[in-house]
Formats: sequence, C-alpha cells, structure tokens
Amino acid sequence: MKIGYFPGCSLQSTEREYDESVRAVAAALEIELEEVNDWGCCGASSAHATNRLLSIALPARTLALAAAQKMERVFAPCAACYNRLATARHVLATEPELAERVHAVLGTAVDTAVGVVSAAQMFSELASQIREQTTVPLKDLKLACYYGCLLVRPPAVCQFDDAESPTSLETVVSATGATPVRWKMALECCGGGFSLSRTSSVVRLGRAILQDARAAGAQAVVVACPMCHTNLDFRQRAMAERAQPGQEPLPVIFVSQLVGLALGLKPEALGLRRHFVDPQPLLARVATAKSLPEHGGPA
Amino acid sequence: MTATGERSTAPAERSLLAAVRSATGLDPSHCYQCGKCSAGCPMADEMDLKTHEIIRLLQLDRRERLLSSQAIWLCLTCETCTARCPNEFDPAATIDALREIVLAESASKVPRPMAAFHGAFLDQIRAHGRVFEFGLVASYKLRGGALFADVAAAPGMLLRGKLSLMPERIAGVADIRRIFERCQTAREPK
Repeated sequence: MKIGYFPGCSLQSTEREYDESVRAVAAALEIELEEVNDWGCCGASSAHATNRLLSIALPARTLALAAAQKMERVFAPCAACYNRLATARHVLATEPELAERVHAVLGTAVDTAVGVVSAAQMFSELASQIREQTTVPLKDLKLACYYGCLLVRPPAVCQFDDAESPTSLETVVSATGATPVRWKMALECCGGGFSLSRTSSVVRLGRAILQDARAAGAQAVVVACPMCHTNLDFRQRAMAERAQPGQEPLPVIFVSQLVGLALGLKPEALGLRRHFVDPQPLLARVATAKSLPEHGGPA
Repeated sequence: MTATGERSTAPAERSLLAAVRSATGLDPSHCYQCGKCSAGCPMADEMDLKTHEIIRLLQLDRRERLLSSQAIWLCLTCETCTARCPNEFDPAATIDALREIVLAESASKVPRPMAAFHGAFLDQIRAHGRVFEFGLVASYKLRGGALFADVAAAPGMLLRGKLSLMPERIAGVADIRRIFERCQTAREPK
C-alpha cells in the first residue's frame, strides 16, 4: 500500500520520535509513505485564531500539492495538522464562496478529492494486520487511550469514529495484545497550543487527565498527537508538584511506538529514549513478565 | 453581565452580529441558551464570560463588551461546544471570528502572551514556510512572552535531540508569503 505523508513541523523537531516511529512501523507493515513535496505549515491555532482565510489557504496549498502528486489520501500523524487539512477540505467542499477566495489567493483551484487520514484512523484500519504481525504481544500492559480534541472533533469535519465515545485507538491497543482501560478523560483537552502562552492552564488540564488515567489503573497513556505528547510528557514535572509525593511519573507513548514494540522493533528505532518520562523501565518490566512461562496465550 | 448602558441596536455598519454572520455564515439566533457549551468547556472556570454568554451577548449585539472580553482569547478551540451543540450552532468558529475582528480593529485588546505567541508563530511560517520551534520560542520571548520560562528545559531538549538549531526553509516560501499578503489584503475593510 502507498499513501501520501504529511509529517508537519513538530515531527521534525520537538516530537521527532513520532515521525521516527511512524516511518519504522510503516516500513514493517510494508506501507510506502510518499511525502508531500515541499509541504508547508498547516497554520495551526495561530492561523485560525487570527485569519480564517489564511487558515484555509495554508493547508489548501498542501492539498493542491498532494493532488498534483496524484495522491488519493494523505496521512497526517499530527492531530492538529490532520484537523486543519481536514477542515480545509471540508470548507472548500461546502462553502463555495470561501473556496473561490481561497482559489484566488492560491492562484489555482484545489481538488478536494484528496482524503486526509489521522493516526487513529490509519492504525485502526491496519489493526488486523498489526495483530497478525505482532511478535511481542504487550500482554499485561494497561493503557489509557487519549484522543484529546482533534482526532474526532468536530464530527462534521472528521467524519470518523464517535465524537463522544471513540474506540479506534482501543482497537489498535487490543491488536498489540495490551489492555485498554475505561476512563473518563479520553476526550478532554490537554491545553493544546497554550503550552507556551498559558502554561498554567496546560498544567491544570494535564494534571486532571493524568490523575484519571492513574485512577483507572493505566500504566501509561497512549497518544496520537505531538501537542498532547509535549503537554503530558514534557510538562508532567510541573503537574506532579502538587501530586502525592513518591508517585511515579506516568509514561506517555505514541500509538506508533506501541505498535512498533508489538511488531518487535527496537526501542531505538522508535525514539523511545527521547521522552522526558522514560517509558523504558515499564516496557522492560512488561517484556520480562511476558518471558515467564504462561498457560496458553491469546491466538 | 455588566450593564454598561451600551446600546444594543448598533448602526448596520458597526453591527458585530452582522460582521460575525457574514464571516462565518452562521446564525447566532440558533442558540437557545441551553448552556451545554459552557458545561463542557475546559476553560470555563478561567473565563470572564462563559461560552453561552458570549453567544447571548452576540445576539444582543453588545460589541464593546464582547470585543474587550478576555474569554474569547482563552478558547482552546477544542471543539467540544461545537460537537455537542444540540442546534448545530458552532461556538468555536464564532469565537475565532470574534478574535479576528478584535485583531483587525483594536489589536491592543489582545492579551499580551496570546498576541506574542500568534505573532511569533505566523512569523515563523512567513520566514521559512514551516515553524522552526527554536526560533518560535526565541521570537515569542522577544515579543513579550515569559522571558525566563522554560529556559532550564533547553539542555534536556537538546540532549534528547529535540531541538534543531538551524531552520529549514521550503522551496515554495515565496508562495507562502504571497498567500499571507493576499489574505491580509482580503481582510482589510473595503
């Protein structure tokens, strides 16, 4: 299978382990990722909070480039990039007046036939292949699947999974042999783009998310968004200050890293050493437990 | 809600309600004040106006009260309100439209960290076509964002290979700059 690839800015720097693990897993699943040539930033929150036309025109340029490369679908692992690309596609298809203005800005018409795919969609579509190719089932690992905002909302734009009780990430987690926990905060916002401009809100929101994950018995949180990862991983130290002393930090891992581990890929190939909360002790513990004799594992 | 004595029937060309309608294609009269948007809002506790109050004031065309509100800058666009609105209104898009109007008319009302962040972010795109995060943080601080926050984090970021020190500029950066210019021009009042 071949699919267009839009890594986005965060995957080139602060969250490069997401890009590394996506590429490693794609190779293992024999999926060819064809990068959109000369892609530009999606504009993120700063474009849509300040200039609606710009917020559609920037991702529309990328959609036009993807169409020129004859891509049927573009996979955007970053939930924010995914949401901006999908929003542009939706607006261009449903608001003819604005579409005309965007075409004038770009100097070209944009084909809205190019589909946009999130990591939750991509990996859940591949769940049966992941299950078949799993060589290291992550048995006994309890995980909280964290969707945040932009994978399923707004439903008119995403048209994927359920906006109030999604299950796509749980499907992927189950395919790796791990166990998804039931918890309440899966769809709450982590504070997203306020990481720099209003850190106090990010700390308040993230703390509540991590506390609920812990209370539900999760040993780690699974994410599919670089901003959620930055906020829950890098900002976790600030969140922990008022928590109970002695409480262990909660690792936050990308869904692609989880799949990679189940496929038997090396932690180095998945960028697991790059996190602020090191997930490797937990993962090593699970791997050791698994090597003990067991009575009849899952098929 | 403070009684400011502000007249609710503004002349047509100054009507905020009309401006938001035309920018979004949405009709705020669809809101019947159930309050579901505010109930699910993760930032409600920090806001001077709750989401349903913002929409109510818009229905009443309270320009000054709305455009000077801090709340519109605290919206994270998490889309919970929009996903849950029982009458298919779109509060998140409405708040974006209000922010755009404040920026165009009285940019000094934008809280400083937000203005610094958005300005720094968009400058990165204009300069490189992509956001170069090291440059983003530096530019944000220079524009008046928290100067010393996160400085201690830089070594940890470098150690983990998370910071590129050199920006990467895309080939089509001229296209990006043209997009910015044309979108700015389109926004200026006719």
